[in-house]
Amino acid sequence: MYGRKVKLRFLFVVLVLITLILTAFLVLKSLEENVVYFQSPSEIKALSELDKKKIRVGGMVKKNSISVNSSEINFIITDFKNEINVIYKGSVPNLFEEEKGVVAEGFLKDRNFFSATKILAKHDENYMPPEVKEALGEK
Amino acid sequence: MFKFFEPNKIFQITSKAPRYVLILFVIILCIGLTEALILSPEDYKQSDAVRIMYVHVPAAWISLGIFSSITLLSISGFIFKNKNFFLISKSLAPSGFVFNIIALVTGAIWGKPTWGTWWAWDARITSMLILALFYAMYLISWRIFESEEKVFKITTFITILGIINVPIIKYSVDWWNTLHQPASINILSKSSIHSSMLFPLLIMTAAFALFSLLIFLMKYNTELIKIKNKGLDRL
Repeated sequence: MYGRKVKLRFLFVVLVLITLILTAFLVLKSLEENVVYFQSPSEIKALSELDKKKIRVGGMVKKNSISVNSSEINFIITDFKNEINVIYKGSVPNLFEEEKGVVAEGFLKDRNFFSATKILAKHDENYMPPEVKEALGEK
Repeated sequence: MFKFFEPNKIFQITSKAPRYVLILFVIILCIGLTEALILSPEDYKQSDAVRIMYVHVPAAWISLGIFSSITLLSISGFIFKNKNFFLISKSLAPSGFVFNIIALVTGAIWGKPTWGTWWAWDARITSMLILALFYAMYLISWRIFESEEKVFKITTFITILGIINVPIIKYSVDWWNTLHQPASINILSKSSIHSSMLFPLLIMTAAFALFSLLIFLMKYNTELIKIKNKGLDRL
């Protein structure tokens, strides 16, 4: 049906693709630590040793955990298994709220205490008008 | 094989079709923009910032779709030694690149008020930037290599390299912790976007697809004119 050359070129493309996919897979597997944008509190708890490097912790802001005083803001990031206390000086994004996603960038003091230098709000994948949100809330 | 792709027949279509596509595009875009900017509700959490999504998401979809198409066409062109497939790829690429840039820029504009940052080196955003680089390489290689043999091989290779990145973009938000939110629209399960917001999104996608088609037809027409001027009536 097709010539021998056509078959060979097809085989060549398939081989190149397989090789590249495997290479990409291996590279990404070995770089996983750097590919993730943030770690969860549980992963922080499981760390064997604390790094002095700047890291990011992400999760939900625990309900009723935000306390603001004159110069700093304290809150708890939770992944519903483990929690970590965060202290931060500065302004927070508009979407920073309790029971919403957050990513804090900064330094670990110890496994339970994190000093943030930057706060990012993580938006979730839910999009709806306010009326729908209210209707859902009433249920 | 591929008798269907006779340049003279295609030329008749590509020289007439753009004006109709343009009219259709303007109509759909007007409907889409009215829906997206005026009629659709604001989001419960991000209020009016949600309207950026009606440009951001379709642009990202189209740029991914076009890259997949040019890869498929280049590989087919390489295997079957069909020059026409390469010309179609070449004509498709510019609008894909433009939409990729639009997705990155609108993402940054959206990210500032919602996340609190213009740019984050998270997996989704970085892989999208890599796609833009592949587009740029693809487009540049058409300009720098004189011989056709060479340019066909090199562009095919660039698309094969780049296509590995496409599933990474798609699944980056599921495989790793990213700042970018996961997909709201799922074909198999229930979408987490309200229907009043999904509707304008789909219309805007149709409008952007028509725009790509328009640019493609004009570019492709130019390629065919170039061939005609060389006095060849076959590819």
